Amino acid sequence: MKNTIITILKKELKRFFSDKRMAFTTIFMPGIMIFIMYSFMGDAISGMVSVDDEYVYKIESTYMPESIRTLMDGAGISGGIKDVDAEAGEAAKEKISRNEDELDLYIVFPENFENDIAAYDSASGNKAPEVQVYYNSASTESQTVYKIFTEMMDSYESAMTNKFDINHDENVKYDLANEKDAAASVFSSLLPMLLLMFVFSACMAIGPESISGEKERGTIATLLVTPAKRSHIALGKIIALSIIALLSGMSSTIGTLLSLPKLANVENTGMETNVYGITEYLMLALIMLSTTLLIVTLISIISAFAKSTKEAGTYITPLMIVVMLVSLSGMFVDGSKTELFYYLIPVYNSVQSMTGIFSFDILPSGMAASVASNIVYAGIGVFILTRMFNNEKIMFNK
Amino acid sequence: MKELLIVDKLHKTFKLSSKQQKIEHTSDKVKTAVGGISFKAYEGEVFGLLGPNGAGKTTTLRMLATLIKPDGGDALVDGSSIVNNADKVRQKIGFLTSELKLEEYFTPNYLYDFFSELHNVPNDIREKRKNEIFTLFGIGKFAEVKVADLSTGMKQKVSLAVSIVHDPDIIIFDEPTNGLDVLTARVVTDFIQTLKERGKTIIVSTHIFSLIERVCDRVGIIINGKMIMCDTLENIKAGQSLEDRFFDIYKETVGEEV
Repeated sequence: MKNTIITILKKELKRFFSDKRMAFTTIFMPGIMIFIMYSFMGDAISGMVSVDDEYVYKIESTYMPESIRTLMDGAGISGGIKDVDAEAGEAAKEKISRNEDELDLYIVFPENFENDIAAYDSASGNKAPEVQVYYNSASTESQTVYKIFTEMMDSYESAMTNKFDINHDENVKYDLANEKDAAASVFSSLLPMLLLMFVFSACMAIGPESISGEKERGTIATLLVTPAKRSHIALGKIIALSIIALLSGMSSTIGTLLSLPKLANVENTGMETNVYGITEYLMLALIMLSTTLLIVTLISIISAFAKSTKEAGTYITPLMIVVMLVSLSGMFVDGSKTELFYYLIPVYNSVQSMTGIFSFDILPSGMAASVASNIVYAGIGVFILTRMFNNEKIMFNK
Repeated sequence: MKELLIVDKLHKTFKLSSKQQKIEHTSDKVKTAVGGISFKAYEGEVFGLLGPNGAGKTTTLRMLATLIKPDGGDALVDGSSIVNNADKVRQKIGFLTSELKLEEYFTPNYLYDFFSELHNVPNDIREKRKNEIFTLFGIGKFAEVKVADLSTGMKQKVSLAVSIVHDPDIIIFDEPTNGLDVLTARVVTDFIQTLKERGKTIIVSTHIFSLIERVCDRVGIIINGKMIMCDTLENIKAGQSLEDRFFDIYKETVGEEV
């Protein structure tokens, strides 16, 4: 009689995969959509904060000394400098505040800047000569050139009174965080939440259809008059749904991993994304497998309870919110928990385990407890689902 | 003759919602759908359940098919109790009703194989039976057409074929010709005759007199959840047409308000 499970499983998979539209929208679409969306987001974010290389900054200045002009030449921001009188200052500020790309920066030097700084003694307690730089933080160009200019002036200032340096040698690596850890901290805060959400939404897309849908259309009754054991029907459906949900989750995950370099702006930060080995992926697969089984079982029970797919969707929403909140917890907690108890709480244990895996400090007993408890919970769920299939009030409540 | 089906004081009640109570002008919280029905069906006969809508025919048959459980009483299907041994009963019966739908996405061919597997029918026997019944019903041409695209009559024929993949000895038909055109209804009626000739025991519920007169050996008349009369077709008719006789019985039982 074991092959009843296989028969049901095959039927569910055939139903799903021979419906090309359904298979495409559930399995390939999420991955493709996520890839496009995240890549686009990454591009948009980096486009927002960076200025075109060819851009010539429009700068007006009053009393700019030659020495500074030379420095600005070196920094590559001298192309659009225009000298204006002190009286034109108000007009310049006006142009910058309009933020219409007429002017990016207005710099006012003291009339005899070089003499003033040569004569100034910092021990005297007098007010130091001041350079005023007007900019507009709402404009990317203005903000960028302001930063370049002030940094340039800072190093100019420290060069004049150089007594000591910090981290001067360019050939020494002072930041001792290795690239693996840098990637780990990004992944472990983002991926557990994303993975859980992917799997959950996949389950949500197919679970109600397979169970409430069959109830709604009256096809489940046809199954129930056959000698097929209710527990076999339940298991067959749950395994089939888990396979589909995992495939969909995998597609979303691949989409995420491919677009993550763009999203995290890897080119600029030099972050290493390919840091995980086969052990990490195997552990991840184990956790995802047990979590998917649990989520599918939960959604199946809710779907069996609902009268229609629509109703099932309504009932599942609160569960989705809970799962979402729990999966968000991984983003705010630093590292994974060490108390075993936390690894027995459904969903939360998955988040903890995944955080541990991605940050290379997984607690092996915790990981084992998560997988085992998820399977036990799923088993209890299958038992409940079997009881529901046996209950005429639930199966025929029209 | 062997008693293949023994129905003993089957009882089934449904809870009424307060809205339903108002509609039915009653303060009873429960409605008795089947109130202690008993009858027997012998091997190789066609037993008809005749009664108006809402009399409890379908509820009785659903209990026999183990879709719902009785509140009281029991029935033995070839010796297996529908209460204590439902799994066994499901192996022995075929059940056809408009309530059992086929998944419209699949083809008749696939569904036949699917249900054969659920009934543990060996492959060679399955192919033989499938060929035979698909030819008999003219399903062959449509074997690879999705059920959704079939006509109502063809759907009913496929349902019928699928309900007996395991060649059961007892077949329960709930309103088998409802909603069918005369041609398809004829095919179904003829098929009931064929099954009978093969020695199958058939329980058929209907409110169509001609169907009863054509195929049934014995008839039970159910009104308001009670078995009013149960006898051979000839004895029930008592020289009248079945239709006239039924109305007489109905008047005696319920009163004049037909």
